[in-house]
Amino acid sequence: MIPEIGQFALSIALCLALLQGVMPLAGAQLGRSDWMAVAQPAARGQFLFVVIAFGCLTYAFIVHDFTVLYVWQNSNTALPLHYRISAVWGGHEGSLLLWALVLTAWTFAVTLFSRSLPAEFRARVIAVMGLVSIGMLLFMLATSNPFERVFPAPAEGRDLNPLLQDPGLVVHPPMLYMGYVGMSVAFAFAIAALLGGHLDAAWARWSRPWVTAAWVFLTIGIMLGSWWAYHELGWGGWWFWDPVENASFMPWLVGTALIHSLAVTEKRGAFKNWTVLLAILAFSLSLLGTFLVRSGVLVSVHAFANDPARGIYILMFLTVVVGGSLLLYAWRAPRVGSGGTFEPISRETALLVNNILLVVAAATILLGTLYPLFLDALGLGKISVGPPYFAAVFVPLMLPLVFLIGVGPLARWKQARIGELAYRLRFVLIAAIALGMLVPLTVAGMNTILVAVGITLGAWATISAIVNLAAYVQRAHRPWPRALAGIPRGIYGMTCAHLGIGVFIVGVTLTSAFEVERELRMAPGDATELAGFAFQFHGVRQVEGPNYMARQGRFEVTREGEAVATLRPEKRIYRVQTSPMTDAAIDSSFFRDLYVALGEPLDRGAWGVRLYYKPFVQWLWLGPLMMALGGLLAASDRRYRVTARQHAGLRGDAASVPTSTAPSPGGA
Amino acid sequence: MIRYLLPATVFVVLVVFLAVGLNRDPTRVPSPLIDKPAPTFALPLLKNPDQTLTHRDLQGEVSLINVWASWCGGCYEEHPILVALARSHQVPIYGLNYKDQRAKAMEWLEEYGDPYAAIAFDENGRVAIDWGVYGAPETFVVDRQGIIRYKHIGPLTAEVVQDTILPLVSRLQDG
Repeated sequence: MIPEIGQFALSIALCLALLQGVMPLAGAQLGRSDWMAVAQPAARGQFLFVVIAFGCLTYAFIVHDFTVLYVWQNSNTALPLHYRISAVWGGHEGSLLLWALVLTAWTFAVTLFSRSLPAEFRARVIAVMGLVSIGMLLFMLATSNPFERVFPAPAEGRDLNPLLQDPGLVVHPPMLYMGYVGMSVAFAFAIAALLGGHLDAAWARWSRPWVTAAWVFLTIGIMLGSWWAYHELGWGGWWFWDPVENASFMPWLVGTALIHSLAVTEKRGAFKNWTVLLAILAFSLSLLGTFLVRSGVLVSVHAFANDPARGIYILMFLTVVVGGSLLLYAWRAPRVGSGGTFEPISRETALLVNNILLVVAAATILLGTLYPLFLDALGLGKISVGPPYFAAVFVPLMLPLVFLIGVGPLARWKQARIGELAYRLRFVLIAAIALGMLVPLTVAGMNTILVAVGITLGAWATISAIVNLAAYVQRAHRPWPRALAGIPRGIYGMTCAHLGIGVFIVGVTLTSAFEVERELRMAPGDATELAGFAFQFHGVRQVEGPNYMARQGRFEVTREGEAVATLRPEKRIYRVQTSPMTDAAIDSSFFRDLYVALGEPLDRGAWGVRLYYKPFVQWLWLGPLMMALGGLLAASDRRYRVTARQHAGLRGDAASVPTSTAPSPGGA
Repeated sequence: MIRYLLPATVFVVLVVFLAVGLNRDPTRVPSPLIDKPAPTFALPLLKNPDQTLTHRDLQGEVSLINVWASWCGGCYEEHPILVALARSHQVPIYGLNYKDQRAKAMEWLEEYGDPYAAIAFDENGRVAIDWGVYGAPETFVVDRQGIIRYKHIGPLTAEVVQDTILPLVSRLQDG
């Protein structure tokens, strides 16, 4: 009964999505406010019914209702409760349902926080999101119904893919989807603006907090995915340039570009066409990512069921949504006009170059990801594009980008002087180079050109972010505590995010340069030394998990005779899906991780063992967390809330943003 | 206007490629070993470690080589098909027991039936590497001259056996 309610709720949600997608759009075109008024209740109702559907599926998992095909495929009576709940999005159908849930949740949020927008614009935004939702719900009901039944009911389920039974995977997909799908808000704003012909600074200002919020989720989602790979795949890597990873990274890069170009559009009225195109592209890449993951056109470690009918549907959906919006863009954009002018040396230029680098980076990743598909389609053979390609094209693009982190925020809008910038940044440059020379020597006792460059860049990003903040304090002409308090959150957000990039670069550099890895055979009682730590192997014993058997090794780690950690890596065999899984044991600290993974059992109780010493590896996740925190600060800047409250006006707003020379856009 | 159509044009090209790509299976990597002599090997038998099975034993008769292990779920899935095929006596099936434990493998055969003419015990997977095995189960068809003619990755299904493997085997037996 409950699954039928779920399916019924989905059908009602589809009807509401149709209403929400069509009526307000027609109303905005014909100037009928009664039709436009449909948008909000339809969107909220749709959210409610998708929540009901999601709740029904979750319930089916909790009570082990194996008459539901999807539950049978992805659960088991021995599966612990938290994994039964995360199993709801562990397979194809459920992850689509999550997608739809997230989309309707964002739409619901838009109905809550957009009261100050002009009625027509608001109606169009909600309608566009409704149109996207129609596509997703139809996809689910037509090809991937999560509530499909199987009779007679099987006694036992086939269990969740063991790779997905990990705490990281409980939260990774929802975060990622919040990011992916959150880009639909910026997309809807862009389409609404193109339809209405009002691409102006106000549009940019309305879009900014939404884009930033989606970007925060995307950042955290990608970070969790990387953290999961590091923990669960058992060979110490954290990024593999796998097609599915790339699929999430491309919208992130374009979203990052969009955040920066929106700043220009809002403050200076420039780059309007470009910004609107980026908003379309960011969401298009999210959809493309969904297509790549769900259709099985590419080989990936993320094994999902391949079904050509589903692939064709998503491809059609993609064609309609992306193709339609790009045509709309081609039709409307020529009339938008280019906005404020600027000199070659200015903050606008710095941000333009930032955008070009980020978009080119996304394009090269797209090319590398799809290249095997292109060649295969042209009958030129099967190849795979691996990390060497991505490292070779991606890293060089990032070098000038990091350099711009230092320059851009200090450069004035419209026209800046090289001399002044050089004067302000001279000590930063000297300090960064000095650190690049010295830090590796103190950390690892050696240095190479690559490491020196990496640390210099990381230090440059970090120090210049602080210097930039100091410049704001200086310009405020107030005692520094009051000046600090007066700086808007947006600036703190930017500083925090740029600091995060510095931290991340330092982490990547030191981890990849100075990690020590050893693969060896260890019998019980054997000891070995790695980077000054002594690892003693105390053998393997059987342990039993709720739905798996594991052989658990014990390693005592000491340093100069003092106990550091006890590590217990496991080799698990899940009872139902019998493939062996590696569960690495990691002792983390701020400056290094010790990582032990069991390989294959050898003769007489000995095991193949992989040991890693990974300096600064936690910084790889600390950096993105700081970026996300920065995004959070920026998205919650009070000027957006001021704009949201229609009549609060813009008092003190422009004044608190010393760089803003543009006339403040009308709030409503 | 033309300039603004560029993104849409690029997108159309992309969609064409994606559409073509949908109809191809990216996981089908042709094995470089097809139409090449089976790699040489000599392994102890699973049931009788004193005797060995070598590549020479595969010559003179068309045969199937099935890579399996007791820990492998896909092997469990395809096992009834192998047992039925063995009963029909159309073609001998040799097993390559892959990264397994002797006792567990024997137990497994006792429980589910033994379709194999002989089983080589490849404890550390070294021979499987030579054969280009990347996971169990995999099944090879080897002709009379000991040349690999076909490779199936993943569990055998009744359709694969009926439509592909048996026709190929009878062609090779006649030829």
